[in-house]
Amino acid sequence: MDRLNFDIAHMFAGALVLVSFMLLYQDRLYALLNMFAMQALVLALSVAWQASIQHAPHLYITAAITLVFKAIVIPVALHRIVARLGIHREVETVVSAVPTMLAGIALVALSMVVMLRVTQGADALAREDLAFALSVVLLGLLMMVTRSNAVSQVVGFMSLENGLILAATGAKGMPLVVEISVAFSILIALIVVGIFLFRIRERFDSVDMQALDESRGKSR
Amino acid sequence: MRPQCHAPRRRREGETVAVGPPLMPLAGFLVGDAALLALGAAALVVGRRSAGSSIIYSGALVLSLLLFGAAAMRLLMATPPSTLVLPLGLPWLGANFRIDALSAFFLAIINFGGAAASLYGIGYGRHEHEPLRVLPFFPVFLAGMNLVLTADDAFTFLLSWEFMSLSSWALVMAHHREEDNLRAGLVYIIMASVGTFALLLAFGLLAGSDGGYAFADMRAHPPAPLIAAMVLGLVLFGAGSKAGLVPLHVWLPLAHPAAPSHVSALMSGVMTKVAVYGFIRVVFDLLGPAAWWWGIPVLVTGAATAVVGVLFALMQTDLKRVLAYSTIENIGVIFVALGLSLGFLASGFSAAAALAMTAALFHVLNHSLFKSLLFFGAGAVLTSTGSREMGLMGGLLNRMPATGLFVLVGCAAISALPPLNGFVSEWLVFQAILLSPALPSWALKLLIPAAGAMLALAAALAGACFVRLFGIAFLGRPRGLAAQNAVEVDRFSLTAMGALAYLCLLAGIFPGRLIDALTPVVRALIGANMISQSEIPWLSIAPIAESRSSYNGLLVFFFITSSALLAAYVIHRLASNVIRRAPAWDCGFPDASPVTQYSAESYAQPVRRVFGNFAFRAREHVEMPPPGDLRPSLLKVELLDLAWDVLYAPVIGVVGRLADWLNRMQFLTIRQYLSLVFAALVFLLLVLASWG
Amino acid sequence: MGLIGDLSIQISEMLVVLLLAPLLTGFIRKTKARLLRRQGPPLLQPYLDLVKLARKEAVVAESASWLFRVAPYIVFATTWVAAALVPTFATGLLFSWSADLIAITALLGSARFFLALAGMDVGTSFGGIGSSREMMFATLAEPALIMIVFTLALIAGSTQLSTVATFMLSPVVGLRVSLALALIALVIVAIAENARIPVDNPATHLELTMIHEAMVLEYSGRHLAMIELSSQIKLLLYISLIACVFVPWGLAPVAASFPVHLGGAVAYVGKLTGAGLMLALFETAVAKMRVFRVPDFLGVALMLGLLATLLRFMSRGL
Repeated sequence: MDRLNFDIAHMFAGALVLVSFMLLYQDRLYALLNMFAMQALVLALSVAWQASIQHAPHLYITAAITLVFKAIVIPVALHRIVARLGIHREVETVVSAVPTMLAGIALVALSMVVMLRVTQGADALAREDLAFALSVVLLGLLMMVTRSNAVSQVVGFMSLENGLILAATGAKGMPLVVEISVAFSILIALIVVGIFLFRIRERFDSVDMQALDESRGKSR
Repeated sequence: MRPQCHAPRRRREGETVAVGPPLMPLAGFLVGDAALLALGAAALVVGRRSAGSSIIYSGALVLSLLLFGAAAMRLLMATPPSTLVLPLGLPWLGANFRIDALSAFFLAIINFGGAAASLYGIGYGRHEHEPLRVLPFFPVFLAGMNLVLTADDAFTFLLSWEFMSLSSWALVMAHHREEDNLRAGLVYIIMASVGTFALLLAFGLLAGSDGGYAFADMRAHPPAPLIAAMVLGLVLFGAGSKAGLVPLHVWLPLAHPAAPSHVSALMSGVMTKVAVYGFIRVVFDLLGPAAWWWGIPVLVTGAATAVVGVLFALMQTDLKRVLAYSTIENIGVIFVALGLSLGFLASGFSAAAALAMTAALFHVLNHSLFKSLLFFGAGAVLTSTGSREMGLMGGLLNRMPATGLFVLVGCAAISALPPLNGFVSEWLVFQAILLSPALPSWALKLLIPAAGAMLALAAALAGACFVRLFGIAFLGRPRGLAAQNAVEVDRFSLTAMGALAYLCLLAGIFPGRLIDALTPVVRALIGANMISQSEIPWLSIAPIAESRSSYNGLLVFFFITSSALLAAYVIHRLASNVIRRAPAWDCGFPDASPVTQYSAESYAQPVRRVFGNFAFRAREHVEMPPPGDLRPSLLKVELLDLAWDVLYAPVIGVVGRLADWLNRMQFLTIRQYLSLVFAALVFLLLVLASWG
Repeated sequence: MGLIGDLSIQISEMLVVLLLAPLLTGFIRKTKARLLRRQGPPLLQPYLDLVKLARKEAVVAESASWLFRVAPYIVFATTWVAAALVPTFATGLLFSWSADLIAITALLGSARFFLALAGMDVGTSFGGIGSSREMMFATLAEPALIMIVFTLALIAGSTQLSTVATFMLSPVVGLRVSLALALIALVIVAIAENARIPVDNPATHLELTMIHEAMVLEYSGRHLAMIELSSQIKLLLYISLIACVFVPWGLAPVAASFPVHLGGAVAYVGKLTGAGLMLALFETAVAKMRVFRVPDFLGVALMLGLLATLLRFMSRGL
């Protein structure tokens, strides 16, 4: 039964890595946002499962926060912003799909090797979870490096953070996880808002609400 | 003194027994080589006559068959090595010759290939316009390759190697009136010289400070790890450039097609194997115990070579160029197996190393068989249609049925389809890969699955390449007048091709016997060998244990043929067996022009689109003339060989600039020349003075 | 049960594969029709089609060679031999040691080789289009399949399919990440190799959307019957492969009694029905991809297979 528990935990971690790969593969913004919502959902499920097998109820709160913020609120908000700003729906990639995927595989392999060597003496089953978590972090970084669109960079950063949360919940005994995740989510929200304020200023040369009002139509 | 003749004892596990006197002593091989050289000299005289080429090729055929028989006998009877020293060459070294299991195996392959080429040449050589440019060099080329395999010291080895290179160069330059061939010859001679230079440095390092150039001395004094690493790199460079490893492959697709077809078969099928022999001899025999990382560069180079080779093969429209690039791919496969073997050997897994080495040697044999067959087929097509361009062919299967059938067998064999021989060596390599998770080195654990994926990719691409080759050249409708009027070639060529095709089938159906024949070679190199395959029931092969995985070529062949015949019989009896000939359906819009068929370039377009951007920056653009202009629009496809642009062009540029700068020395005044001589003299005296 | 028993299992396996394949195709067509609120053809229609085709005279193009007439039999023979070695209701196949998973993959490759050549034989552009696109898909699908074979072999310790199936039945296996990745990759490869939506439409009449159909455009009569039967057997082979590795419950072990084998047969029919339903649902729900998105699709399968193999190389537990 113990073995089954850890196998399911590995399944969730593996699914997270898989969804991170799918994030790399997307070339349209809406699909990217949907895939990011799916990643947050898988992460929430994984954290909830860890909560049940570790008997750590505070992780349920983390799972709930991840589900609400990252799987629902942020993707919906980004969806609306993208629609309103009319950012063209293609994601500009710096490096094309095939080398990116190959680099992704190489990074997964690298993180597996590193984690499994470095944590030789630790609990065998937690090591693999950590290895998957490092893979997700590296894939998030890869996404930030190979995209030139601001929204996809933000998504990459948030997926990197998802990897960190996976690592934190996989290794037992990290009581500040809830607080850290709340803090990070607020930070991200600020960054997202900040980026779009920049965009608005670029477009209209001002973020002053009074001045922006002038650009509304004549239907006053 | 009665010669010892007792009945051969049953060979038990782990025993190499010399049974009876060997068929031919080492001196016999050397006499055979001398006879080949004499045949080459005789060709100068006899070549002018009308039957001259037949005589020379028949002579080469007989000598090659004798040498092949002797070598095969030595291998099958597991004769212990014998050595011979001749008082030629350097006075303190002599000319050392040795023949052991490894040499015997490669000698058997070389001479069989030589015999097949000679048989083919009896028929093909009649179409040669300038026989005196080919005939003297052909037996000399065979002799050179034989000498390399029996050389036992660095001097003899390098001398024979250069001999082999020069005679093959002369053969490449045989049709010197074509512009392409001149360039091919230039690139070839430069690459061959650079390769020999690398080998020279390698042997120099191996000989060490005491200067023992005989291989026996080198074996006795394995070098320090740093020296060994440098030797590995140099041998990979030198032997690899002759074999065709990327990025040293650039000469191969130029030179192999330029030579006459039977020589191309020898160069691709046989000379590259001599290079593989050189690599195995130095790395597995002379270099001492392997370090843990040695397998890595070999594996990586092999995998890259396999994929790049076959991708380029798919883009070519010249029949022989496709085959030359395909040779590069197969050499990559062989080096992947050798890299695996090195990796296993360094970690002490000798059984797995034996499996990988067996796979490499099996593929060496397979490739020499089917590549020679395919080059003979290309030669037959060239003779019948006068061209090597796939765009001018089509429908040749109807006009040349026997050639078509044999080339079909060759294409199926090289695409690793069961029950033919190509599949067996692929299978053995995959089984070796499946043993590698036990290795301790993480780098190898990461690289081996990646190499396995690339190998699988190369195999699938090779299948596509040879469907394209056979489909465009032999199937469909004739695209030109020459293809419409093609006739079957002479019976010597057909016999050679038929024999090779039959052997491809036999090697696929009875692989166990071949694996057992390779046992003495593998034992000598690795120190262990695969389990004896002759004890496995039903003629299967089981590389590790029967319970783990096994393959039975004979049964698969039997099942396939009996199912096909059963189906044909049942259908023809119970249902209909009537055929009506009619024009092609073509969805109701048949087009009489054969131009509407797929061409070689269009067949490769999907693969080019998927892989081309990544592998060779394929770019397509369409040149559309403006309306009213009567010129046709053109689709241009640009491919770059990245090796040329990244590696060779800068090097050539630097050498060119250096040469231009040094050219000023041609135009100095007499006073300046005298001052150069004076300065050199003063410098030498200074050196002498300070070197107290 | 001895030699007679083993031999009868092998023979009944060969017959099951041959006889059930058209039924599976008929079931899938019927289900798809019902999902589209049509009546659909009868379940046994593929049998009737095959018999009808076999009795017609074969019309062969004037430019076709002997390869055109021989290829259908070679394709049928290689596909049937490969399918006869995949455990359907029993793992104790007499000749399972003669060809392992790699050989089965290569046998399917031979079938494809000869079919692609046959497409080129008549010398029309449709044959060329089908042939070149099919070989392009093969260059990605075959390595993906080899990677999946590696993953399975590294988990089960052998490439022999009977051994793999027996291992999967044992409780030692557990849920493994690499198995999940291999399953997804195998499903993708199965869809591509059997020319189902979203890779190719088996019911299309538009030439430019055909790949498999374009290769066999010139075939008629008994040759076409053989080729149709071969593709039906190939679909059965892939479904049996997925079933015996990932859903092995119900497979009769080696040297089991007759009732156990009967139970295995019933379980097998159940698995076929389930797989047919899921395939029909999937094909109805998804649209066909354009041809040059298929390499991305197959590339995903290759990457997943490579990842699964790498995970097995790194750690025994994954």
